Amino acid sequence: MLLQRFLVRLSTMLVTLFGVAVVVFVVIRVAPGDPIAMMLPPGASDDDIARLRALYGLDKGIVQQFFIWLGGVLHGNFGTSISLRQDVLGLVFNRLPATLELATVALLMAIAIGTTAAILGARWRGAAIEAGIDIVSGATLSIPDFLWGLVLILLFGVLVPVFDISGRVSPQLDLPFATQFYLAESILRLRFDLTWDLIKHMLMPAVALALPLAAIIAQLLKQSLKEVLDLDYVVLARVKGFSETQVILREALKNAALPTLTLVGVQFTFLIGGTVIVERLFSYEGLGNMAIDAVINRDLPLIQGIVLVFALLFVLINLAVDMMYALLNPRLRHG
Amino acid sequence: MDEARIPRRGLSPRLWLAGGWLLLALLAAIFAPMVAPQDPLAQDLMLERLPPFWLDGAEPGYWLGTDSLGRDLLSRLIFGGRIAFIVAFAAATSACLIGSALGLIAGYFGGWADRIISRVVDVWMAFPPVLFAILLVAVLGTGLSSVILAIAIIDWTRFCRVIRAEAMSQARMDYVESARIAGYGRIGIMLREVLPNVLPSVVALLSLEMGIAVIVEAILSFVNLSISTDDPTWGSIIAEGRLSIHQAWWVLVFPLITLILTVLSFSQFGEALKAHFDPVLR
Repeated sequence: MLLQRFLVRLSTMLVTLFGVAVVVFVVIRVAPGDPIAMMLPPGASDDDIARLRALYGLDKGIVQQFFIWLGGVLHGNFGTSISLRQDVLGLVFNRLPATLELATVALLMAIAIGTTAAILGARWRGAAIEAGIDIVSGATLSIPDFLWGLVLILLFGVLVPVFDISGRVSPQLDLPFATQFYLAESILRLRFDLTWDLIKHMLMPAVALALPLAAIIAQLLKQSLKEVLDLDYVVLARVKGFSETQVILREALKNAALPTLTLVGVQFTFLIGGTVIVERLFSYEGLGNMAIDAVINRDLPLIQGIVLVFALLFVLINLAVDMMYALLNPRLRHG
Repeated sequence: MDEARIPRRGLSPRLWLAGGWLLLALLAAIFAPMVAPQDPLAQDLMLERLPPFWLDGAEPGYWLGTDSLGRDLLSRLIFGGRIAFIVAFAAATSACLIGSALGLIAGYFGGWADRIISRVVDVWMAFPPVLFAILLVAVLGTGLSSVILAIAIIDWTRFCRVIRAEAMSQARMDYVESARIAGYGRIGIMLREVLPNVLPSVVALLSLEMGIAVIVEAILSFVNLSISTDDPTWGSIIAEGRLSIHQAWWVLVFPLITLILTVLSFSQFGEALKAHFDPVLR
């Protein structure tokens, strides 16, 4: 049953990725400007252009061109960045860890803040605390990460300058890292001085990304907690003498979490999408920031590579959440 | 999700507050040449970085201060509102028309139409929206119509997903069955019976989408990819403010407050409107 579900999802995922490839190809090919002319220095002869055109298959029909391009992509050949003159896949993998660390920290923050707010709201339901949480989460939800980022820059970068507002790590530091997962590596190497510096840079962009998601989690989890708290088994626990807080933490939370989980999965992809502009805002050296530079420089091979990697990431997250949901939901597990 | 818990009668205060701000901002934008105290493009290096009116060094007539080129901030915000509202209305309406039509078809007819439309939505959801928008504007070329087109191309899925789900549940209801027995055609039922019932959701989403469109335009002009002229936009003012944040905080603070109020108002207005129209919630 699980395996069958997995295979069905996997095939849908492949169809989606094929669709993504088609859209990317069409959008890039619609772009004005000759991709070949951009690769060559000015003053290249017509012969050179024609030769390169044949080399990249651009003299063939559009459908044929698509499959030549797709074949290259499937072999990991994403081309060479025009502005940086390096292999696209290498550039993308060099920046991806920074974005993944930022998104993961933001996700954990959102879950922590959202769950705490939901528990508080459910514990004191009907009281002023719940009303307060409703108002705050409603407003937080409506303000997107871009604006939160600006608010945080003003508050903690200018008014009370406690955090760094640009970059990923202080430039004067000597970094001993072997990978691009700076945060994880600094912890593993017990270099907590570096961990602290990284956190100081990461905190504000992460909070900006986390706040809207935290508000969504707070609202949805509180709603399902309140529903679960009226069920018989919870009433029984209460009769047995558990306090309301114990009832929520020990009995209700586990069962109320499932609907929230599905939502968090979808929302996590939105959060990753938000890194594009938030990284820009905080000059954080991640994939999104590079993507905007690539668009400004009209570096089509690089844009194409970044968009495809983002799409793959989104689709994989959705698959993982779907499988996690199936594993945790007893109705599907034994179905 | 959250509409159900708040009982409402009549027009709620938040509808008035949100609607009031939007009306004020809209009127200021429409009558910008009459309302704005200064020329939004006039540079005067003698007047650079003037603070807002309550601080020392402020000049009368420059209520919210000036930017690093001596341009009046209030006038720039008022004129920037023009672009914001044009994008909000045009982009959100286009996204709404495309998305609602496809959502209605997918939800009501089901079958192949639903399968194809849902696959396309899946593909669209695999793109980070901001990156997609930036990419589209780069490909289409900067300019007002590109920005509007890009937002419509990306955000129709928001309408499509919600309307599809609603149309699906409406299609299973008894009144649709009775209309069919009464001899109405499928398209007639879809437009005359199902559409009016999903309309409150469409209206709420439309208002929400206008706020999103304003933000996307601000993001695009923040990265310098929106309209390419010198005309001020809220995003371009924010970009200037981000650069001179340590010298002139007001250049960032006032457009930020304007954007937050506008976005909050659009979303609150939409929700209040939905609650007002929804017979069950009313």
